Amino acid sequence: MKFGIVTFPASNCDYDAYQAVVEGLGEDAVFLWHKEHDLKQSDVIILPGGFSYGDYLRAGAIARFSPVMQDVIAFAKRGGPVLGICNGFQIACEAGLLPGALLRNASLKFVCETVQLRVENSDTLFTNRYERGAIIRVPIAHGDGRYTASDETLDRLEQEGRVAFRYVGGPADADEWWSPNGSMRAIGGVVNEAGNVLGLMPHPERAVDPLLGSADGLGVFESMLARVAA
Amino acid sequence: MPTHTTVEPRPGDPAITPALIAEHGLTAEEHDRLVAMLCREPTFTELGIVSALWSEHCSYKHSRPLLRNLPTKAPYVLQGPGENAGVISIGDGLAVAFKIESHNHPSAVEPYQGAATGVGGILRDVFTMGARPIAMLNSLRFGSLESPRVRYLFGGVVKGIGDYGNCVGIPTVAGEVAFDPSYEGNPLVNAMCVGLMHENELIRAVAQGVGNPIIAVGARTGRDGIHGASFASEDLSAQSEAKRPRVQVGDPFTEKLLLEASLELIRSGAIVAIQDMGAAGLTSSSAEMAARGDVGIRIDTTLVPTRESGMTPYEILLSESQERMLVVAKRGREAEVERILSKWDLTTAVIGEVIAEPVYRVTEGERVVAEFPGTRLVTDCPTYTPDAVESAAVAGLRLRDVSRIAERPEERDPAWTLEQLLSSPTIASKTWVYRQYDTTVRTNTVIGPGGDAAVVRVRGTDRALALKTDCNGRYVYLDPRLGAQIAVCEAARNVACAGGRPMAITNNLNFGNPRKPDVYYQLREAVLGMGEACTALGTPVTGGNVSLYNENPGGAVYPTPVIGMVGVIDSLVHITASAFQQERDAIVLLGEPTAELGASEYLARIHDVVAGAPPACPLDRERALIDALLEAITSGVVRSAHDCSDGGLAVALAECCIMDRGAPHGAHVDLSAWRTLPQRAVLFGEAQGRVVVTSDSPDTVITIAKGHGIPARVVGHVRGAGSPLHITTGGAPLEISLARLDDAYHEAIPRAMSRAVASQ
Repeated sequence: MKFGIVTFPASNCDYDAYQAVVEGLGEDAVFLWHKEHDLKQSDVIILPGGFSYGDYLRAGAIARFSPVMQDVIAFAKRGGPVLGICNGFQIACEAGLLPGALLRNASLKFVCETVQLRVENSDTLFTNRYERGAIIRVPIAHGDGRYTASDETLDRLEQEGRVAFRYVGGPADADEWWSPNGSMRAIGGVVNEAGNVLGLMPHPERAVDPLLGSADGLGVFESMLARVAA
Repeated sequence: MPTHTTVEPRPGDPAITPALIAEHGLTAEEHDRLVAMLCREPTFTELGIVSALWSEHCSYKHSRPLLRNLPTKAPYVLQGPGENAGVISIGDGLAVAFKIESHNHPSAVEPYQGAATGVGGILRDVFTMGARPIAMLNSLRFGSLESPRVRYLFGGVVKGIGDYGNCVGIPTVAGEVAFDPSYEGNPLVNAMCVGLMHENELIRAVAQGVGNPIIAVGARTGRDGIHGASFASEDLSAQSEAKRPRVQVGDPFTEKLLLEASLELIRSGAIVAIQDMGAAGLTSSSAEMAARGDVGIRIDTTLVPTRESGMTPYEILLSESQERMLVVAKRGREAEVERILSKWDLTTAVIGEVIAEPVYRVTEGERVVAEFPGTRLVTDCPTYTPDAVESAAVAGLRLRDVSRIAERPEERDPAWTLEQLLSSPTIASKTWVYRQYDTTVRTNTVIGPGGDAAVVRVRGTDRALALKTDCNGRYVYLDPRLGAQIAVCEAARNVACAGGRPMAITNNLNFGNPRKPDVYYQLREAVLGMGEACTALGTPVTGGNVSLYNENPGGAVYPTPVIGMVGVIDSLVHITASAFQQERDAIVLLGEPTAELGASEYLARIHDVVAGAPPACPLDRERALIDALLEAITSGVVRSAHDCSDGGLAVALAECCIMDRGAPHGAHVDLSAWRTLPQRAVLFGEAQGRVVVTSDSPDTVITIAKGHGIPARVVGHVRGAGSPLHITTGGAPLEISLARLDDAYHEAIPRAMSRAVASQ
C-alpha cells in the first residue's frame, strides 16, 4: 500500500509521517509536492503537521488553495482515504473536508505534551485496530487546537459516531473528559460523513516506537492498512 | 602593495566629525588606526562598516586574546572555533555541528522578537555548515519573578523561542532557566542549535575562486536592525528602549524555506560557501567570507533586493533584516542555484563577485562608496587586554564564614526548608516553559526537557546524543575560575547521567563591561577556569559566542559563561533516566556530602545571602566520577542517575521522587553516616562530584565506583507512590509527602505566572 504525504513549504511533520509509514508500518510512502497536481497513485493521502504557508493568517487558510489540495479534495470526494494530522486537520477543516474549526488554544499558549485519548468509535477506517474505549497515549504539539463547532454539528457528530478520539485523563478519573486546548466536548479527532477523512490534533506518527515513550499511535496506520488493503 | 584609491564622499553623506565617530562607537585610537589603514579619512559608509565589524559583538576585541587559552583540539574535532559552528565526528561517517549564541540586548527591550530572532540566527549558523538542525536548547536568566516587568520578559522570551522553533520544526529538547535579581533589566537569552550531517557534506564559509558570483538569498533587505551589532556592544540604559527599532523581526516561515533550500544548495555542489547575514548583515558576512578565503570581493548595493526604495549603501550594508543568506556560487552554475531557490520561492540576486584584486570594495552602481585594502577590515581589528582586578567587595563576600549564619526558626523542620528550595523558581519544574516548545517533532527525542540532559537518537544507528547547557552564575560571581570549572563539570555530569560520554562544548560568555577591571577579571578567570576543566575532562571548545556589556543602571549581571555540551551515547540501551524507576531499588550516592554551604541556593533562598566560597571541584575527581558512572551504566547496573546540584542532596532526592509526575516514587533514605557534618550542609549543601544512582545491583555499582577511587554507599531504597520521602540524618528526620513535594516543585512557576495574568 502506498501512502502519499503532502509537503507544503513549511510542513515539518512530513518526514515523521514518512518514517511512521515506512519504518513503523513497513509500507511504501512518497512525498507529494504542494505545487504539483500529482498524487502519484497513492492509496491514502496524509496531510501532515507543520505550518503549511507560515499560518500567519489562519492555520491552513492558504494551504487549501494550493495546487495539490485541489487534487486531494477531489480524491477525498471520490472516497479516497485522507488523514489530516494537526496542521493537516486544520487544512482539512479549511478545505471543507471536515466540519468545524480549530481555534487558538484556550490557554492562548502553544501546548506540547503527551495526552491520553479515548477511542470513541473503533469502527472507522482509521480506528478499527483499537478496542472501543481504549485509552492511548499520543503527543500533541499545537497552538491552534481548540475544536469548535455549533451544538447542532457536535450533536450530529456524536450521534453518527464521528467523534473518533476524545481527550481524557482528568487528575481524578482516567475516563474523565479533559481537554488540553479547550476543545468543545474534549474532541481530539473527527471523521467526515462518508468516513474516509479523519482529522486529529494529536500526532499518531510520533507514537510508533516504544523508545520514544509510546507506540499507541501505530494503530491508526494499521487500521488504514487493514481496511484499505483488504 | 595595494594602491589606495580615493573614495569620494557620497552626496548627502554627513561630514566625518569627532562626534559622528564617537556615535559610531569608535575610540580616537580606533579612528586613527582606520585612517592609517586607508591612508585617508573614511567615508560615512566606511565608518558604518567599521563601526559594525569592530564592534565587540563582531570583533571579540576584548575576549579574543583570552580565548586563545581554550583547548580546541581532539582527533574527532572536524571544525573548531572561527566558523559558523563547530563540528565533531560521531562515527559512521556522521558528524554533529553545534553552536550557542546570545540575543540578550534585543530580548531586554523586545522579548518576543529578540528571542525569536536569536533562535533564527543560531539555526542558520548550523545549517550553513551543511547540517540539518535536529535539536535546540536554550539557557535563560531573568530577574526575580516577583517583578511584573520580569514576568513580561520571561513570558515574551519563552513565547518567542517557542513560536520560532515550533514553526521551523526543530524540537527544543533542553535548557535551563534561573532567576536572580542581578539579571533584572538585562535578561540573558542564549540559544543553542545542534545539527546532524554526513562528514562529507561539511561546508565552510570561505569565499574562493575569482569570478565566482556572490548571491543574496532570502528575505529582502529592509531598514530594520541597522546597527544591531553595535547596540549589542554597549551597556543597556534608560535610553535603550528608544533602540527598540534596532531589534529585528523574525519570520520563521522564510527560515524554514531557507533551511531546506540551503541544504539542497549545499548538496547540489553548485556553491562554494554560504553564510548567514547575521549581526552586521551583508557587511560581516561578505567581509568574513572574503577574509577566510584571503580573496578580494566586490559588491554593488544597487543589485541587493530591498524592501523599500531609496535605501542608501550605508543602510543596505548594515541592515540586520532577518532570514537572509549570502552565497558564493560556482561560476557557470548560477542557473542551478536559481532553480533550487525558486523551488522554495526565495528571492535571489547576484550582487557581486570574487575578484583577484586584494580589496574589499562596495559600489553603488559604478560609484565606489567603500574600499578597504585586502582583508585588513577583519584582520586589523584592534584587540584589548585591559586591567584585571578582582573587586574587593566580592573577595570579601567569598571569604565570609557562612557556617556562622544562624538557622531560622522554621528550619527546625527540614521539610519546610526543602519545600522552600523546591519552590525556588530556579530549582522548580520548568514545565510551564517547555510545554510551550515542541519537544517531540522529528521523532527522535528519547528524553526531553526536565531531566539531567536531553537525549536525541541518531536514526539509522544505535547511538544517541546527550545534550545539556549549564552555568551557575552565583558561583562564577563569587569565584570566577572555580565557577567556570564547575559549569563545565556539571554539564559533563549531566551528560554522563543520561549515559553519554562528554565530547565537546560550545560556550556563551555573558559578562558586563570589560573596560571595568573587575569585570575583565571575571572574564579572564572564567575563561581560564573553563579551559582547565575542558582540558581535564577531554572536552575541547569548538566555538561559541561572547556577549559583553550586559549591564543595566544597577550594575553588571552575574558573570555567566554558559556551557553547551554534546555527549555521545554509544548504544540506545545505555540511555538512562533521572527519576526513580522501580520500587525497592537501592539508592546509591556516588561522592560524598561535605560541610560546604557557600554560594548555595539554600543561603540565597532561605537567608537572602550571596556569600561564601563555591564548593570545591577537584577536576581529576570529576573525571573519575564520570568514568565510574559511565562504566556502571554500560555494565547495565544503573536504573536511574541524577546529578546533585542546586539545592543539594535533599533537593536531588526529592526531584528523583516527583520529577516524573506520571510515575512518582517515595524513598527511604539514611544519611546518618555523615552525622558529624552540619545537618543543613548534608541536606542542602552543594558539594560537587555527586550523583544519585539507583540500582538493583548496588554492590556492583559500589565496586565500580571504588575502582575509580570514588566513594560510594547505599543510602536508601526507592518506595512506592504511596510512601513519602523520608530522610534520616543526625538531627531531626525529614519527612514530607509526595503531594507536598509535587506541589512545591511543579506549581511554583505556574502560580507565579498566573499572578502575572491577574495583575495585568
